Amino acid sequence: MDSVLLIYKGIYILAIFGISLLIATYSTYFERKIAAFIQDRVGPNRAGPFGLLQPLADAGKLFFKEEFIPARANKVLFILGPGIAMLVAAMSSAVIPFGDTLILGETTFDLIAIDVNIGVLYIFGVVSLGVYGLMIGGWASNNKFSLLGAIRAASQNISYELAMGLSLIAVLMLSGSLSLKVIAEQQAGFNWNIWYQPLGFLIFLICAFAETNRTPFDLPESEAELIGGYHTEYSSMKLGMYLFAEYINIFVASAVMATLYFGAYNFPFMENLRNAFDDPVLGNNVVTILGVGVMFAKIFAFIFFFMWVRWTLPRFRYDQLMKLGWNILIPLAILNILLTGGGILLYDYFTKG
Amino acid sequence: MEPLSNRKKNVAQKEMTLSERMYLPAIAQGLGITLKHFFKKKATINYPEETRQRSEIWRGLHVLKRDENGAERCTACGLCAVACPAEAITMTAGERKAGEEHLYREEKYAVTYEVNMLRCIFCGLCEEACPKAAIFLQDDKLAPARYERDEFIYGKDRLVEPLKTTETK
Repeated sequence: MDSVLLIYKGIYILAIFGISLLIATYSTYFERKIAAFIQDRVGPNRAGPFGLLQPLADAGKLFFKEEFIPARANKVLFILGPGIAMLVAAMSSAVIPFGDTLILGETTFDLIAIDVNIGVLYIFGVVSLGVYGLMIGGWASNNKFSLLGAIRAASQNISYELAMGLSLIAVLMLSGSLSLKVIAEQQAGFNWNIWYQPLGFLIFLICAFAETNRTPFDLPESEAELIGGYHTEYSSMKLGMYLFAEYINIFVASAVMATLYFGAYNFPFMENLRNAFDDPVLGNNVVTILGVGVMFAKIFAFIFFFMWVRWTLPRFRYDQLMKLGWNILIPLAILNILLTGGGILLYDYFTKG
Repeated sequence: MEPLSNRKKNVAQKEMTLSERMYLPAIAQGLGITLKHFFKKKATINYPEETRQRSEIWRGLHVLKRDENGAERCTACGLCAVACPAEAITMTAGERKAGEEHLYREEKYAVTYEVNMLRCIFCGLCEEACPKAAIFLQDDKLAPARYERDEFIYGKDRLVEPLKTTETK
């Protein structure tokens, strides 16, 4: 029994890892396609049908480029930087529930890699480690522009993590649990958190943009000011790792937002569908498989939104970025906590007497 | 002071309203504009597969025509070279030998005929100057980009119209 579970977890983790890599790969393609469509162009369409082989061509190109390490760079840290960025990005998808339970024969399989009861904390801890990848890479390059980019990345991530955590506290007050699986289960049907936490979601969304270094918060790599920011000196697949880590981070951020605010794998009328089947096992499995599809549809919608915003908004100025983070988002998040707390007290007062 | 014209504008900075300071309505509007462009018809022309439609009198790559029997029309009179404002055309004349009547229409013909496509401005004056209706600028071909400068000097091998076979006639 245990060995079955162990093998299943191994396969599941590998599958999630593969899926997040695949999605990150094709994010590069869709980023270019969406950019092109928004600018009235057609985008990459030469490699394969509709240019679908473009990511393979890009990766092949990156692998064959020269691996260049600057003469005065700290070699160990220079190589470690992209490695940390990639490792941390790939780690964070472990606690996200991509689906409910699948019943095969006698055993019940949870569609979650690690069901820890501190899932939200785990995600926060791992995501904030991600900035070490950028910091170490930028510092080890021994280059002013890289260092400036790294400093910007660090200060931006720290500033926005505060507002992000505060906006999340309101959700945790509603759910009473840190486990992402429990939070997902509480949003069964159409009872999504977004209806209770619109302001909190907005703050979380803005902070997610800042955490993933996406436009309008892509100051760490603003090419107009800092050449390439922290990855100025990087080339070949080490640069590819940084870009890849960014896209995996987008995938994870989208998954977290879908889980916390948009009901994870839940969709309206799922109970009616479950009861429509005579066999409860079959009903459960059909709903779960549909739920996984719904979860990924939500993730893709968020990824599209990330790209849509990138090709719409210009970049912030650095003082504006800091002002927005410290003077606006953090007070708003605290206000949101107060409002949520008041709402919960009022609800308890009227329902429980 | 009396304004000189009635186009004077007051440019005093106004205090921004709350919705303006929130920026969110403006961001939503911007997202709407980009989404509209997302579904718009694309301006791109997929070049090798489709080409931009050209004018009827578009002047492209030169061709040296043959007459109805397949003999070259050019007599190397040099009028095109004289007419050429960019001095792109050079040629050397030769005398037709007996037995070459099927190759050249007149007794005199161009042994070499070269157009330098880097000099040529595709004005079409050579076409107008030609008394034998031998040189034309085609409307469906153009001189493509190349790596070497000397590849742009087009000789008779690339200029003379290919011989029509009986099938294509």
